[in-house]
This record gives sequence, C-alpha cells and structure tokens, in this order.
Amino acid sequence: MVKKQNDILSEQVKAIPPSAIRRFFDLANEMKGEVISLSIGEPDFVTPWGIREAGIYSLEQGYTHYSPNQGYMELREAISEYMIRRYSLSYKPAGEILITVGGSEAIDLVVRALLNPGDEVVIVEPCFVAYKATVVLARGIPVTIETTADNSFKLRAEDLEAAISDKTKLVMIGYPNNPTGATMSRDELSAVAEVLERHPDVMILSDELYAELTYTEEEHCSIASFPALFDRTIVVNGFSKAYAMTGWRIGYACGPDWIIGAMNKIHQYCIMSSPSTAQYAAIEAARNGDKVIQEMREEYNRRRRVIIEGCRQAGLTCFEPFGAFYAFPCIRGLGIDSDTFCERFLREKKVAIVPGKAFGSCGEGYVRISYAASLENIQEAMVRLSTFVQDLKNEGKDNR
Amino acid sequence: MLDRYELLRLIEHNARLTQPELAVMLGTTEEEIAAELDLLHKEDIILGYTTVVNWEKTKRESVTAMIEIRLMPQRDQGFDKIAQHLYRFPQVSSCYLMSGGFDLMLIIEDSTLREVASFISNKVAPIEGVVSTATHFILKKYKGNGVIFDDKPIDRREAIIL
Ligand SMILES: Cc1ncc(COP(=O)(O)O)c(C=O)c1O
Repeated sequence: MVKKQNDILSEQVKAIPPSAIRRFFDLANEMKGEVISLSIGEPDFVTPWGIREAGIYSLEQGYTHYSPNQGYMELREAISEYMIRRYSLSYKPAGEILITVGGSEAIDLVVRALLNPGDEVVIVEPCFVAYKATVVLARGIPVTIETTADNSFKLRAEDLEAAISDKTKLVMIGYPNNPTGATMSRDELSAVAEVLERHPDVMILSDELYAELTYTEEEHCSIASFPALFDRTIVVNGFSKAYAMTGWRIGYACGPDWIIGAMNKIHQYCIMSSPSTAQYAAIEAARNGDKVIQEMREEYNRRRRVIIEGCRQAGLTCFEPFGAFYAFPCIRGLGIDSDTFCERFLREKKVAIVPGKAFGSCGEGYVRISYAASLENIQEAMVRLSTFVQDLKNEGKDNR
Repeated sequence: MLDRYELLRLIEHNARLTQPELAVMLGTTEEEIAAELDLLHKEDIILGYTTVVNWEKTKRESVTAMIEIRLMPQRDQGFDKIAQHLYRFPQVSSCYLMSGGFDLMLIIEDSTLREVASFISNKVAPIEGVVSTATHFILKKYKGNGVIFDDKPIDRREAIIL
C-alpha cells in the first residue's frame, strides 16, 4: 500500500470519535462476574413467552423467506392500530409505515433520506449516542442544544428557536430520553411545537422508543400529535425497549408517504427487508402485548423510585426522571469528573454505570444509572454508591 | 394514591419486602403502607404469608396428592357441609369446589403415600354423600405459585454502546 491506512478511510468515519462507553464496557468485561451492571441500556427481562412463542411458531411453519421490503403488511396493520390506540396517531399501513432493523436503522434512514451535505440538524443533548454519528456520516452538521438538570433536561422553546437557522433541515427530539430519563408533557411540548410551526421547512424526527416507559399520570404525548406538525414529523419507535425485544432488531418509522417512500428506497438496497421471524414475533407483540408492557412498566416504576431514593440517600442530587429506565444524578462537588467517578466506582465498588459525558459534553458532571436490573442488584448497588460517595467526601476533607 | 392491588400483587410475589421498601417502591409513606396492610388484614383479604419451597431439593421424601371427589348434593346445604368437614383436616392444604366432571378438589402437600391412602380410605370415602374419589400424585413440580422451579435467571446481556 502506498497510502497510509488512515488516508484511505472516509473522512466521515474518521470524524466520529471512538465510543466513550465502549471503554467502560471493556473494563467491566475484564472484571466480569463480580460486577453489578447498571450500565446497560436494554431491559433485563427476557422477551415475554407469548411473543417468543409466536416467533418459534413462524419457524415451525417454515416462514423463513424475505418479507416485503417495507415489512409484512400484517405487522404494519398491527402497528397502525397500535399507534391509534396508544397515541391517537393515524398512519396508513400501505405507505406511511416502514419496518426497520431496530429504531436505529429508522433514525439513520430519516437522516439519509433528508440530508444534503452541509445541512444542519438540531440535536438535543444529552442524548442517545447514535444521533450525532448518523448526522456526521450523512455529511450533515450537528447543531447541539444543551439541556440542564435545572430544567429537568427538557427542551426549552427559546433554545430551539436560537438553534434553528436557514440551513436547518431536521430537528431530532427524543423523549422519554436516554440517558436522562426526562419526559415532556403535552403542555411543555406545545411551546416547542409553536417554535416549529414558525419554521415550516424544518422536518422533525421524534424518537419515541421509550414512549411506553412513561411513569407520569399523563400518558406519553407525541410531537406528531400537533396537527400543524403531523405532515413533517417522522415518528420512530420499535419493540426493543417496551417489549424487551432488543435482540430481535425490529423498529419502525411512521410519517408522510413521500418520506417513508424515500427511506424505503435506501432500506431496500441496504437491508432488503427486516428479519422475518422477528416480524412475526412483533405482530404478536403489537396485537396482544399491552398487558405485558404494563407489567414491566409497573416493575420499572418501582425500581425507579428505589434508585432515586438510593441516589438521594447517598447524597447525590438527582432530578426525578419520569421515563425510560435511567436515573441521571449529579456528581459535581465531589472533586472528580464523571469519567473518573465511573472508573473508580467500577474498580473500587464493582458497580458499572456510565459517565454522562458519553451522551454529549453537557452530560459532564452526571452519571447514567440504569434500573433495568433486578431489585436486589439495585439495592446492593445503592448501598455501595452510598459508601463510595462517603469515601470521596472523606478524601475531600483529607486534602483540605 | 396507594394502589392496593399493586401492593397485593407485589407482596403476593415477595412477602419479605419490608414496609420501608414497599413505601419507596410504591411512592408513598411507611405509615400509609402500614395502615393499608392493617386494613387488608382486617378485611380478611390478606390471610397469611407463605414460602415457596421446592421440596424435591430437600432430602425429605414427600408427596403431593390431588384428590378429586364426586358428591351427592345434600338437601339445603349443597356441597358446603362436606367441604367444611374435609377442609378442617389439617393435612388438606387446599380445597376447591369445581365445575366439570367432579365436585371437590383437595390438595394434600408434604405427605407420604401411606398417609394419603389412609386419609382417603378412613376419612374421605366413608362420608355419606361421597360417591367416588380419584387420587393423583404429582410426579414433578415444574411451576408453582407463579414460580418456575429450577429456573435461575441468567443475565445474557452483552456490552454494547447505547
Ligand atoms: C433513545 C434511543 N433511541 C433508539 C434506540 C435504538 O434502539 P433499537 O435499535 O434497538 O430499536 C435506543 C437504544 O438504546 C435508544 O436509547
């Protein structure tokens, strides 16, 4: 080779830094067995048996062929009914729903279907690690908005207004939020919707993977339910979180047919179609899964309260998250950054959590603790957190 | 507001949760939990707390029997009188009135073949109104009280960035 390997790789790929979370997992993996992991962003539940059984049955019947590119019609119909039943959003199965390989693919497709090089995409941080990377890979320019604990990590209308320019193509919103657990009510979203109404050429991607894991009295509200925004919002959802189906890799996008059509164009050449077995399982989930979701939601909600109480008992300030399965307590004032906090917590107390910085620079000073773990593990981890914070405070005194 | 059904579902699965734990998990105060539990006892909704035991794992030789009983209904009293007569025996751990091909179902746990046989021939069969009995012994318990026996959860999650 004449050229250096690094000169051969795409500039876009090189522009993406290695994952900050990855390093932690490697560390935790080395210590495997002895570590309590509250670091993973996936349900600890195994997929409910009724759903698994539907997948198995489809195999027994020999349904092992490609599905249509857009996904099985039965699944799109089941999703269409689900979207009406749960969120009062109406999408035609024929042209307005696309079945993807996880919500992840749907996010990538939206970005690639819409962006020209140099287009700006507004991203609300801290957020899921894939948003920025997909934008960069599509030669877009991420414009980040920082949210803060003071405002419960909600998106403020004025911040959105300030971030939008005449180059803005897309705004990505993700509530309930990974990593903060923040949610936004209809009222809070309506201020955001007003801003977006003033910018009719800006498209909206609403990542609602955690919609079912909302613990407020008021149910999850989608930004797509604002009539003025419906025609330019793509809702991304999936089966991973709500139904504990991460490994099946089924997600979907709902939106205007001209965008779904464009997304399908990319999807059919890159992916062909989503896995068939998983789609059969997903049909069962979408049709008959409301009750199992509810049971898991109630269990998460109880753990949520235990973990928030645990963080506060340990002496950390923690705003109350009402969605997903994460707490995002503040670790400022202990004299170390979130990277060091997590690394030392792992080495010294054998509990794995994730530094907030991994989800955007404004996440520094926070850590993400997942409560997708057994109650016993959560309780034990909280005891260790408490002693760890005490250790840090004692060190602080010694150094004075 | 404390949801009493959620509280019941929770302690039905794990009776060892303490009142402070329950208070945190259900987003309420210890006082409210204590008051609600008190009420549930008073209303005879909570009748006791048990432990799920996998007897097969112990050295003890014991059997569980399910006895189907067909009855001749008694004037004015239906089946209740005979049921009462039977469930008063301490070795009967459960007693149900059933629809279908027989009338009463008795369950006898942690017993021996000999004890069950003698119970049926001495205590059940001679009762006036008992038409016939059919006894089934449990060979293996796969699941009981909502718990799958021999099913230790394994965390199969891999390290992944998300
Ligand atoms: C906010 C958010 N969106 C999307 C995804 C993607 O999930 P999947 O591709 O499994 O549907 C995740 C996964 O962690 C997430 O946290």
